[in-house]
Amino acid sequence: MDMAASLHGLFGGVLIGLSAVWLMATLGRIAGISGILSGLIWERPEGDSAWRLAFLAGLIVGPMLLMLAGGNLGNVAGAPGAVIGAPIGGTGLMLVAGLLVGLGTGLGSGCTSGHGVCGLARLSPRSLAATLVFVAAAMLTVYGVRHVLGGGA
Amino acid sequence: MKTLMGFVAGLLFSLGLAISGMTDPARVVGFLDVAGAWDPTLIFVLGGAVVTTFIGYRLVWKRGTPLFAGRFALPTRRDLDPRLLGGAALFGIGWGLSGYCPGPAVASIAGLSQPLAAMLIAMAAGWWVAKRLSGSH
Repeated sequence: MDMAASLHGLFGGVLIGLSAVWLMATLGRIAGISGILSGLIWERPEGDSAWRLAFLAGLIVGPMLLMLAGGNLGNVAGAPGAVIGAPIGGTGLMLVAGLLVGLGTGLGSGCTSGHGVCGLARLSPRSLAATLVFVAAAMLTVYGVRHVLGGGA
Repeated sequence: MKTLMGFVAGLLFSLGLAISGMTDPARVVGFLDVAGAWDPTLIFVLGGAVVTTFIGYRLVWKRGTPLFAGRFALPTRRDLDPRLLGGAALFGIGWGLSGYCPGPAVASIAGLSQPLAAMLIAMAAGWWVAKRLSGSH
């Protein structure tokens, strides 16, 4: 096992948790990315959009700061100096995947952050079920693509 | 003040994603590929995040109200329905195909490429379709 990668993962995970706690402590909100952004783009609730836009800005700026800082702060597999990894497929595949991710997180009321992090921390049975389902579906998909169809890396 | 709080939350979140390597789709798919050269990193990310949030939420909830809002906005439903489970399954397929869930996809804009732009636009379109299917909201 790659110890450095795991420690990076653990430290980054704690930061994600602190973000979720911060948002709950200050604004009383669940840090669910799909809900925050979908609401910002398609609902723009009055008086409830500015913090979402600011959250989006923070979400984009963080990795940029790490890139400017330099010094191997990222954890891209096989590329110690990088912060952002390359997409694993072309534009066509990403269009299909993006539609599924948007539709699925919209219908299922959450993604890896809302259900996986915040929901599990709340001990929500809906989030536990959703997390088990999307992790299983993702693992089956990767198995199918890589080991049955033989595509991908 | 609410805006600044939101910015700090987004910043902490994306720093966590980038430092943990979740802005690398290859790492994410490496975790999902249980039959290949399995990469356990995501378990450490999720574990660190859930334990921190579990403890932090309980400390925060003791206060009764958030610092800059009237109340804690928490989901109350506990039932499982087809929309939740079907949505989660569709999301999982898209996640497995791309290695992107919404947070890392947006946090990767610093390294924008045409496939990532396609992912982001399609994701926003997917949210719109989900809203239409779910009624007004």
